[in-house]
Amino acid sequence: MEQDLTKSKSKIIWLGDRAKSTWGKRQNIEGRAAQIFLLICALLSIATTVGIVVSLVSQSVGFFKEVSIWEFLTGTRWTPILIPRSYGVLPLVVGTLLVTIISVIVAVPIGMGIAIFLSTYAPEQLRRIIKPVLEILAGIPTVVYGYFAITLVSPMLQKVFTNMLIFNALSAGLVMGLMIIPMVSSLSEDAMMAVPQSLKEGAFALGATRFEVALKVTIPSALSGIITSIILALSRAIGETMIVTIAAGATPKMTFNPIDSIQTMTAFIVQLSLGETPHGSLEYNTIFAVGLLLFLMTLIMNLLSQWVVSRWHRRY
Amino acid sequence: MTFNTLNYSKMYNRRIAMRKGIGDAFYSLFLLSVLVGIIGLITLLVQVLTEGIPWLSWRFITSFPSRHPQEAGIFSALMGTIWLMGLTAVFTVPIGVGAAIYLEEYAPKNWLTRLIELNIANLASVPSIIYGLLGLTIFVGWMALGRSILAGALTLSLLVMPIVILASREAIKALPLTYREAAYALGATRWQVTKSVVVPAALPGILTGVILAMSRAIGEAAPVIAISALVYLTFIPTSPLDRFTVMPIQIFNWISRPQNEFRGLAAAGIIVLLIILLSMNALAIFLRNRYQVRTEV
Repeated sequence: MEQDLTKSKSKIIWLGDRAKSTWGKRQNIEGRAAQIFLLICALLSIATTVGIVVSLVSQSVGFFKEVSIWEFLTGTRWTPILIPRSYGVLPLVVGTLLVTIISVIVAVPIGMGIAIFLSTYAPEQLRRIIKPVLEILAGIPTVVYGYFAITLVSPMLQKVFTNMLIFNALSAGLVMGLMIIPMVSSLSEDAMMAVPQSLKEGAFALGATRFEVALKVTIPSALSGIITSIILALSRAIGETMIVTIAAGATPKMTFNPIDSIQTMTAFIVQLSLGETPHGSLEYNTIFAVGLLLFLMTLIMNLLSQWVVSRWHRRY
Repeated sequence: MTFNTLNYSKMYNRRIAMRKGIGDAFYSLFLLSVLVGIIGLITLLVQVLTEGIPWLSWRFITSFPSRHPQEAGIFSALMGTIWLMGLTAVFTVPIGVGAAIYLEEYAPKNWLTRLIELNIANLASVPSIIYGLLGLTIFVGWMALGRSILAGALTLSLLVMPIVILASREAIKALPLTYREAAYALGATRWQVTKSVVVPAALPGILTGVILAMSRAIGEAAPVIAISALVYLTFIPTSPLDRFTVMPIQIFNWISRPQNEFRGLAAAGIIVLLIILLSMNALAIFLRNRYQVRTEV
């Protein structure tokens, strides 16, 4: 319909005087150019994804010529810059998973507790204060969390685990958990608030307590949003870089012991970027191979979360 | 019969008491989670402030980094951050807003539009270090920009683009349809409607999104490390092709040193960074409030 209006407009001008007709043409050309520019802007996002894949794959090819994919994915020793060199990525993957699991154990129960409190118990005025205050946590730069982990959390934990090093998976994971609390709580709360009041009121009318309403009505109805928030928090934790670089250590190790010093995939990439590794060397290419694996892991999580939304999302 | 009723009512009362007890217990747990979050935030801020304030001075802000903690400052990193943010905004704003306008005002409902939308949602959750690797390959390497501010700004623009696009789309979507219909009724073309009605009316919302995107970019260390590596700079960048360092990297550098004095410097640097972030967020909230007042009128 909008297109029709444009057409009839230029026709009217064409029937009118000539000066106005060139004005109308200029408007059409300008509009055309603008539309093409805007389309290019939108297509740039696709170019970004292509750029990510091309840059990671093209640089990893050199790596995978020398190291087989099988050796990379199943090897249990990661010493790419020490002799004897060994390129088994599993210690980095295990380190990443260890920190991620610790952070999720912290963030999911607390984030869910906050979401239930805000959506079911808190009066509107209190909600309006608490929500933005907690979201500050998500806006604090990650180097600040790293600083917090090694200057306060690690020394405090060392009083409990006396043989623990200052750099360890536990304090990095705990602090990362604090950081991702608002991701879980915000998205879950949005989903819980979207559950229609009438459903909750129905349960209240049957004599349910607030907790029973939350447990048996709100959470099941908001489940797709809650699961999405947990998956996104997981994906964020896997890709988080500065906290683990600062606080988790730099010793790739196959261990699920939380008080050990470990290294994650992201921390390895930063460690190698800090040195001026010569372009094109095998060491330089390792960061792209690890980056490619990291990208694929987070991509799977993201697609999974979108699938959950499209498959399970209920509109009321 | 009477005995039975009495028994039932006793069981009933006990059950009610139990259900209420469980409810109260969980209520305290939920309240506790809120407190954990808030106490975590307060502890973090108190730790940074107590360690950092003794090191904070005008000399700290106007001095270059140094091996001697007493003389070290954050000046080159602060200037690097200002350069990087300025250039990032130049790339991000027109392209991000342009993409949002296309998706809201122009895009037909077809597979391409769906692909773009899915893709933007995915880009929003790609880890930032991956963008660093993209920038390292394409901007630093293939486009031969070197480890320059320009390469860093292009990388960060791609990183925060999804935030600008999503926020701008929300702002545009919130406009009443009557605005556009009134303009069309006056005979405006689609581009005239976009340029003279949609963009000005959505501007406060778009600006809020841009500020939020910039406050994300200003705290990013990982992708910038991949681009700039760790450099020891005692000069101020004067062109977009100069090497640079930014505040989060300088802070990271100080944290990584074993001496306690540098930890204090790191805390002082964090305070400066948080003050900048706080002012940016205050500006965003101010704009949002003004905007809300205007649409209600």
